Amino acid sequence: MRADQAERELISRDIEEYLARHERKDLLRFLTCGSVDDGKSTLIGRLLHDTHMVHEDTLAAATRDSKALGTQAGELDLAFLVDGLKSEREQGITIDVAFRYFTTAARKFIIADTPGHEQFTRNMATGASNCDLAILLVDARHGISVQTRRHAFITSLLGIGEIVLAVNKLDLITDSSGAFSQDRFNEIVRAFEEFSTRLPARNIRAIPMSALKGDNVVERSAQTPWYSGPTLLEHLETVPLGGHRNHVDFRFPVQWVNRPNLDFRGFAGTVASGCVKPGDRVMVLPSRRTTTVKQVVTFDGDLNEAHPPLSVTLTLADEVDCSRGDTLVHPGNEPHVSQDVSAMVVWMDDAAPLVPGKEYILKHGPHKTPASVVRIAHRVDVNTLDRSPAPALALNDIGEVAIRTSRPLVYDAYTRNRGTGAFILVDRLTNMTAGAGMLLDPSEADGGNWTSAPRATHLAPSAQVITPDERAKRLGQKPFTLLFTGLSGSGKSEVARAVERRLFDLGRFGAVIDGSALRSGMSRDLGFTKHERSENLRRGMELARAMNEVGLIVLASFTAPDASVRARARELVGGDRFALVHVSTPLDACRRRDPSGLYAAAARGSVKDVPGLDLDYETPTDADLALPMQEIGAGEAGVRAAVERVMAFLETRGALVR
Amino acid sequence: MDRARLSHLRELEAESIHIFREVAASFEKPVLLYSIGKDSAVLLQLAMKAFYPAKPPFPLLHVDTTWKFRDMYRFRDEYVAKELGLELLIHINQEGLAAGVNPITHGSRKHTDIMKTQGLRQALDKHGFDAAFGGARRDEEKSRAKERIFSFRDGQHRWDPRNQRPELWNIYNTEIHRAAGINRAAGTRGESIRVFPLSNWTELDVWQYIMLEKIPMVPLYFAAMRPVVYRGGVPIMVDDHRLPLEPGETPQMKMIRFRTLGCYPLSGAIESNATTLPEIIREMLETKLSERQGRVIDHDGAGSMEEKKKEGYF
Ligand SMILES: Nc1nc2c(ncn2[C@@H]2O[C@H](COP(=O)(O)OP(=O)(O)OP(=O)(O)O)[C@@H](O)[C@H]2O)c(=O)[nH]1
Ligand SMILES: [Mg+2]
Repeated sequence: MRADQAERELISRDIEEYLARHERKDLLRFLTCGSVDDGKSTLIGRLLHDTHMVHEDTLAAATRDSKALGTQAGELDLAFLVDGLKSEREQGITIDVAFRYFTTAARKFIIADTPGHEQFTRNMATGASNCDLAILLVDARHGISVQTRRHAFITSLLGIGEIVLAVNKLDLITDSSGAFSQDRFNEIVRAFEEFSTRLPARNIRAIPMSALKGDNVVERSAQTPWYSGPTLLEHLETVPLGGHRNHVDFRFPVQWVNRPNLDFRGFAGTVASGCVKPGDRVMVLPSRRTTTVKQVVTFDGDLNEAHPPLSVTLTLADEVDCSRGDTLVHPGNEPHVSQDVSAMVVWMDDAAPLVPGKEYILKHGPHKTPASVVRIAHRVDVNTLDRSPAPALALNDIGEVAIRTSRPLVYDAYTRNRGTGAFILVDRLTNMTAGAGMLLDPSEADGGNWTSAPRATHLAPSAQVITPDERAKRLGQKPFTLLFTGLSGSGKSEVARAVERRLFDLGRFGAVIDGSALRSGMSRDLGFTKHERSENLRRGMELARAMNEVGLIVLASFTAPDASVRARARELVGGDRFALVHVSTPLDACRRRDPSGLYAAAARGSVKDVPGLDLDYETPTDADLALPMQEIGAGEAGVRAAVERVMAFLETRGALVR
Repeated sequence: MDRARLSHLRELEAESIHIFREVAASFEKPVLLYSIGKDSAVLLQLAMKAFYPAKPPFPLLHVDTTWKFRDMYRFRDEYVAKELGLELLIHINQEGLAAGVNPITHGSRKHTDIMKTQGLRQALDKHGFDAAFGGARRDEEKSRAKERIFSFRDGQHRWDPRNQRPELWNIYNTEIHRAAGINRAAGTRGESIRVFPLSNWTELDVWQYIMLEKIPMVPLYFAAMRPVVYRGGVPIMVDDHRLPLEPGETPQMKMIRFRTLGCYPLSGAIESNATTLPEIIREMLETKLSERQGRVIDHDGAGSMEEKKKEGYF
């Protein structure tokens, strides 16, 4: 273990000062990943070698091995500094993750060098799970491969916010002057950016490199005059460490009840997130009993407060029932508590696929419970990121599943809280760690609240006092819901309003539910992502159903861009009293009209997630009625004609009686 | 943010404590493998912290090859057993002892295999331990760098490096098949886990922690005048009459100390004047050689550590 010149001087001059500084250095955990043979281990070997972190005897041993196996024509194979298993050196591949530790004057690092081979994806996930940054390597000759995409996707699922795209082996692709090819570099960067726009936003830094020769790893390369960014090491030493720790929501999963004698009863555990102090009111979940924290006990004396990732022991003011697997939280800031959860799962068992119905052991922090997968919501194609239905998840598959546990989980969404949002599934027969799961907020799940079970478990159905027949007679109509879908500016709200007027004039009762109007009231907490749009429609449809219950005809106007979400709306309201009306105005026309100024704002770049632009609008193939406004006509006359078509439709569906 | 940031050592400490508690809560019969060296000293300190104010809910086990330095035995018996008052089991491979196995005539490989690896397996089987803590660190050696914190062992105590369980976040798979009832009686042994709470600690972390926590250590880590002979240029301490001297060889007094402590003729010393912790750390930072270079065991052949681990060495 050696250091740069200034540090070396400090070590020999004032070792205690050096140690004090060393202790205050930041720690960055990162991994190397990417497809097989792209140069990950070579890169780590190069990094350790060029920062003088390799001891002489270790280097001599690696050189001997390289000679014996002849992988680099007798030269030192840098990968041998990390490929620590015999079969790895013999086969020239990495099988399992190697953890390496190194320090520079600026920072401490923990490196996980992970295998690229698809067969060992689970070892890659093992290495990645605790990292803050991922170096994704790409062999410049081969470009982005399926495995590159798979690793990019897994690092994204695991919440790694910093990516280095290391375009490696550029020494093999040079231009006429012998310099590394800038065109090839740009081409690969563009291809990666195109893919990663479909993933949650992250910081991406692309670096042209040769791990073998050491270009832009520690030393700046003379072969990349066109590149002015940092070398890899410079970047690693300076990249901001946002940290993934949640300092807001106090969560303390109890690991161990410490009871050495009758006078002491302490609850030992690791603070997963947030902060706790003596005197804090706390609630035990799932039992919901409350009490007060008496002391925060440690071997080194009581603390005034405890933060993650401290391991402490809490004593409580009252004799509450609390044991391993329970969670302490602050009342009023409570996590989800449920036996029905949704999660993204990476499947790791080569012996058996994940199948619905099979029971596993689910381990979530110190909590362990039998659990079974109720449903596979979808599988994600790692190449295209498209979702599709799947009967099972095989080895290395990634998908969203709905799980039912025997005992409730106390959890947060993984994106909000890594400490309480992760779990593993263990096969009951083989004891193999079969899957890794990242819990979703109920609203983000495929299906969101459309499919989640009600939180309250004792709901009494209300008794009907007026029959639907009585209502139909009085109102001269049968309850019905029309869902008008279409792009912003297609005219769907105008048509809905006009139909409401028309019904009123005929002595009937229609009611408009307008998607954007809901957002100022019952949906004021929602934005415009896919999930939030879905949830807004769900609320609208719950309202429609309630209005249908009292006999009204509902005219619901929502963009509703997702076909699957529209299908859920149909299901929720009930197929026999529901119809989908597609107001199909072409995008150009909508843009010209732009009644709400949305398209203008998008053009300025001040709004995102606009259906038809950067968010997909899935054109309905199951519309019960289409209103091609372009053909029907513009202006008031057009709207009148559309109303006629809607009225005729309602007539044929028997919504208007008498 | 900064207020909440723990120092690196406190973070490592917290991680290790978490691991100790997971094992204590999930296994029926854990044991701490205590080898009297610096890593064991840190391991013990962390175990004391994890269960404070209680004592660790498991015994210590020393697999004694009978070839430790006299200072080490003294430290073990006086400090660990008497002063800390912990339950300390000592196991010696009696068959090996009866056969007179020793590092001098049998060589390091055989001695280590019979007295250490076999001895360890015997002791684990005899007591039926299902989890054993060890003080190994990933930065010690490149096959160690590949090992999980919870390292699964089959009924024969074997490690299969090609088929390790995935290990994500700080969630550990503690499920094993335990030989029960009739199987146990029939001599079928259950699976077990080796647990390495110091996996993410480096040699520097260990020394810095010893300094910070003022952990008592075997004096051999500090330089002093000691009798040595040179073998292959390496100072070997003459600890008792068992080390046969070559004709004409006389022990000379030298300022030496040890960077790692194993069995005595197998552990090479280093010439040093470092008598304090800061001096030891400075020497360590300035050396060009790795920690294990003084140990004969790793030089027995390429990948020898890996081979030994497959056989059940910890
Ligand atoms: N020309 C050239 N060859 C390279 C470079 N980096 C790595 N290689 C070679 O590519 C081969 C694979 O390198 P490794 O470092 O083992 O690849 P890896 O990504 O660790 O492979 P796995 O871990 O098995 O997925 C070796 O022969 C390396 O010498 C580079 O920058 N230029
Ligand atoms: Mg590799």
